[in-house]
Amino acid sequence: MNMTAIVEEQTVSNWQRFRQSHFWHSFCIDKVAQISFLVFVAYVIAALLAPLMAPFDPYDPGSIDIMNSELPPSWQEEGDATFWLGTDAQGRDLWSTILYGTRVSLMIGICAVMLQAFLGICIGLVAGYVGGKVDSLLMRLADVQLSFSTMMVAIIVLAVFQATFGTQLYQELAMVMLILVIGIAEWPQYARTVRASVLAEKEKEYVDAARVMGLRAPRIMFRHILPNTLSPILVISTVQVANAIISEAALSFLGLGMPVSQPSLGSLISSGFEYIFSGSWWITVIPGLVLIVLVLVMNLLGDWLRDVLNPKLYKG
Amino acid sequence: MLAFLIKRLAQAIVVMFVISIISFSIQDNLGDPLRELVGQSVSEEERQALRDEMGLNDPFLVQYARFAGNALHGDLGTSYFFKEPALDVILKKLPATLDLVFGATLIIIGFSVPLGVYAAINPRSMFSKIVMGFSTVGISVPVFLTGIGLIYLFSIELGWMPSFGRGDVGHIFGFWDTAFLTSDGLAHLVLPCFTLASIMLPLFIRLIRSEMMEVLQSEYIKFAWAKGLAPKRIYYLHALKNTMLPVITVGGVQIGTMVAYTILTETVFQWPGMGFLFLEAINRVDTPLIVAYLIVVGAIFVITNTIVDLIYGLVNPTVKLFGGK
Repeated sequence: MNMTAIVEEQTVSNWQRFRQSHFWHSFCIDKVAQISFLVFVAYVIAALLAPLMAPFDPYDPGSIDIMNSELPPSWQEEGDATFWLGTDAQGRDLWSTILYGTRVSLMIGICAVMLQAFLGICIGLVAGYVGGKVDSLLMRLADVQLSFSTMMVAIIVLAVFQATFGTQLYQELAMVMLILVIGIAEWPQYARTVRASVLAEKEKEYVDAARVMGLRAPRIMFRHILPNTLSPILVISTVQVANAIISEAALSFLGLGMPVSQPSLGSLISSGFEYIFSGSWWITVIPGLVLIVLVLVMNLLGDWLRDVLNPKLYKG
Repeated sequence: MLAFLIKRLAQAIVVMFVISIISFSIQDNLGDPLRELVGQSVSEEERQALRDEMGLNDPFLVQYARFAGNALHGDLGTSYFFKEPALDVILKKLPATLDLVFGATLIIIGFSVPLGVYAAINPRSMFSKIVMGFSTVGISVPVFLTGIGLIYLFSIELGWMPSFGRGDVGHIFGFWDTAFLTSDGLAHLVLPCFTLASIMLPLFIRLIRSEMMEVLQSEYIKFAWAKGLAPKRIYYLHALKNTMLPVITVGGVQIGTMVAYTILTETVFQWPGMGFLFLEAINRVDTPLIVAYLIVVGAIFVITNTIVDLIYGLVNPTVKLFGGK
């Protein structure tokens, strides 16, 4: 019982510490950060609650009527009040499709970045902590990997997989493939940043103390050094999620990503692009705006975090 | 310098070797060259005989050695679709893609240097804030949306610019065609080049601004002020020189990235370049063409990176050329 009291006291004081922190203060005075955060939270809620919020289920072919295709948004003359953002070329309600698309895009973005972070943190910790030959080999690898743009690698890998598997099977695996490819291609970003902070932390006395106590290297790396490298990781994570969402959209636009039957924002835009010349602008423009705003608020949050936490990011 | 050169070249060769192995294993696993050659009507025994004759049953290493030998002679197989040597098909499209990259590079240099320098010198001015805000938005807009937006505005709504294709091309040196020589070609170039430039432009404006601001804080600039040099001389001669060093390295790497993004730009504008060809090859499972594209683009990446490193080694006296002590 005593323990719980102490723990409770701890959490309260943590909350108070948070309220008094520089972090909270700069959030309170920065309008841009607050608005970006609110918009981002709105996106996350929309993505999580998409099945509840959407009036139609875009994955269910039974609810779609081809006669409803290419209806403009309801504020236009020929619009239909049932579909307030209009319908796409297959007659799906655009609002529902966008909700589901946001869900897919965010999920791929976040999962891909989690994979990047996992790989990058492990490799960066090992490279920085072990040093020597291992370090130079891993960093050489990171250099080579970075010199090929993610986009290029992703396009080629996905294209080759699509050609090997055939389109049918590929479409079922598309989400996993996108996460894997975007996740694996960008690990050097994390590895370099983590390595740079590990090199700085390694020299400090608490690491020496832990070593003298006879702790094993993995424990020192993950329990002692890693928590001290979290702020640069947090900063690059926001920007990386934004980048991953853009990459996913671009790949889907090329037809290498999510299939039209289970669209992300990118594949929605792609399917609308064919109809933009015939005047159905909303199928492309509305998901496009949704995508731009999502990426923009994440970039703004990333910029703000960078200014506040001011970590020594790896440059170059 | 020689040691540095050799080291960089060795690394480039290793990377090219890895690319060739990857390309070869793709060729080995993707599609069946026999079926492309003889179709369905040939019996199983004859197929096996043909396989032996063509060396398709040889061990992996023997086949790779043959592939690499042919590749070094410039023979990357024959495209299934075009019935022409794959390398020729790719290289015929190279000028179109390089037109885009060249045009976009001109736009990037033309805009990013003045804007970045201005924003660094006057960080508080209204115009700098607009430029920086614009660049944050610019980073957030995917390149294909920029392209679609430009097409919608300038081609569909205003009707000023052509929305697809390359238009008339002019020829120079007898074999190289470029859209820069005809007015029709130039009109076709404007939108795709701006689209391609829009990925890198915000990055470069930010990079130049932050590098320049850092340089302006350094001791030697303070000394130059104290010496009473003219502001123009300090900004454009002393500060700009050191600002451009990191910009060169990043810039060189980004040229490779731009080649990747030409795939997107070419798809949006149906530009008849290498990227568009590559996507078609993927849809047709035209393996030799896919492999040829991989090798050509891999070579472009490796060559630009090596050259950039060498230039950096030459212009930046602090780079340790001799292994580093």
